[in-house]
Amino acid sequence: MSIRHALLALLSEGPKYGLQLRQEFESRTGEVWPLNVGQVYTTLQRLERDGLVESEGSGGGGPQNVFTITPTGSDELNEWLRTPPDVVPPPRDELVIKLLVAMRVPGVDLPELLQVHRRHLVQAMQEYTHLKGEIAEGEVELSLVVDSELFRLEAIVRWLDTADARLKRLPARTASQDPTSAPRVGRKIAWVRR
Amino acid sequence: MSAAIELRQVSKVYGSGPTEVHALREVDLSVQGGELVAVMGPSGSGKSTLLTIAGTLEEPTSGDVFIAGHELAGLSRNDRARVRRRSIGYVFQDYNLLAGLTAVENVALPLELDGVRIKAARAAAMEVLAMLGLAERATRYPDELSGGESQRVAIARAVVGERRLLLADEPTGALDSLSGETVMRMLRLASQNGVAGVVVTHDAQMASWADRVVFLRDGRVVDQTAPSAGPESLLAPGTTK
Ligand SMILES: Nc1ncnc2c1ncn2[C@@H]1O[C@H](COP(=O)(O)OP(=O)(O)OP(=O)(O)O)[C@@H](O)[C@H]1O
Ligand SMILES: [Mg+2]
Repeated sequence: MSIRHALLALLSEGPKYGLQLRQEFESRTGEVWPLNVGQVYTTLQRLERDGLVESEGSGGGGPQNVFTITPTGSDELNEWLRTPPDVVPPPRDELVIKLLVAMRVPGVDLPELLQVHRRHLVQAMQEYTHLKGEIAEGEVELSLVVDSELFRLEAIVRWLDTADARLKRLPARTASQDPTSAPRVGRKIAWVRR
Repeated sequence: MSAAIELRQVSKVYGSGPTEVHALREVDLSVQGGELVAVMGPSGSGKSTLLTIAGTLEEPTSGDVFIAGHELAGLSRNDRARVRRRSIGYVFQDYNLLAGLTAVENVALPLELDGVRIKAARAAAMEVLAMLGLAERATRYPDELSGGESQRVAIARAVVGERRLLLADEPTGALDSLSGETVMRMLRLASQNGVAGVVVTHDAQMASWADRVVFLRDGRVVDQTAPSAGPESLLAPGTTK
């Protein structure tokens, strides 16, 4: 999330003073966009330089100026809203690495290891859901943010459940067996993610 | 105060000899009034078995079941049936709606069996159906309802009236997430009003509405979550990482 687009979004509601933008940015978006408020004015100046907003007033892009979004600015905002997020996962998913490593460490009880992580994740989900239970009907922004956290955590739990079931189907195998598989897996995944 | 439902060292074996299945092994579970417990576990881990035994629909091979402090084995068949009808609301995994009755008649039935007058029973049934977004489906027969609608009618039938124990087997399995959330909010509300609830689910989002999540594996309780630390802990570093 960039301050640029947050400011364009606030200006898409209508012209606003620099000071007002700063305050709205802080109060309305603070929870969702934890960004540095100090950068608001520099960003406004850059938006003006790039022709995405226009200002009117004593000049300098300061608190007393009124800012208005330009048609180019609206286009930029709409294009950004429709740009798909990066679906490539982080280069190393810690939990995946832990399981792959654990499969090679002798004496690790894999179902128990998976359960430790499952419990931890479900507990975190309980806390988010508890929060959701307290959110008033009108606070839809907060609900959306909490939902997205819940789906993210749920996906990890489902991955754990699937891993659990997959490992259960395997014939018992010992660590250090099949030492060539790791690099092969690495190469195949790199290919899938191309 | 005695627990609303308590299972002590409950085991259940189906069949015998080579076809023997140990569906439950020495399960201890106690749920207080006002508490909502979720049971999670892979398919075949014994979740439905646990629920049918808690709901007195089936007897354990060994171990004891107590409902509101009464040992079940000590009750006559009739008394057991009365306890089941009066104080236990049960949502079956496959809904079990009566095909010859409309949605609202299905929901009102347990109240009518308990002597509530038809008009009052129907009004109460309509109220619950409306809460679940089914006011317009009330006069349809089960074969005229979608899967998710049937599931919600089954839930309405379980929560209607003054139940003390709610047992629900995958009550959100056929529902989209927001309808599922409505159902879980309803179960949570019931538990906040003092009802004890046990919900079987393999959906972690639904389970996370519970005060406590119990994990089953191969018929055993292997783990459970700690009581909620409250939302403040979300702000502490490292909670979800
Ligand atoms: N009436 C029965 N006769 C024989 N075996 C049974 C009977 N009912 C259940 N089982 C077996 O007992 C075990 C536990 O079944 P149960 O229905 O409790 O699982 P579950 O956790 O509810 O699974 P699912 O998530 O698929 O609903 C399974 O292996 C099942 O095949
Ligand atoms: Mg089941």
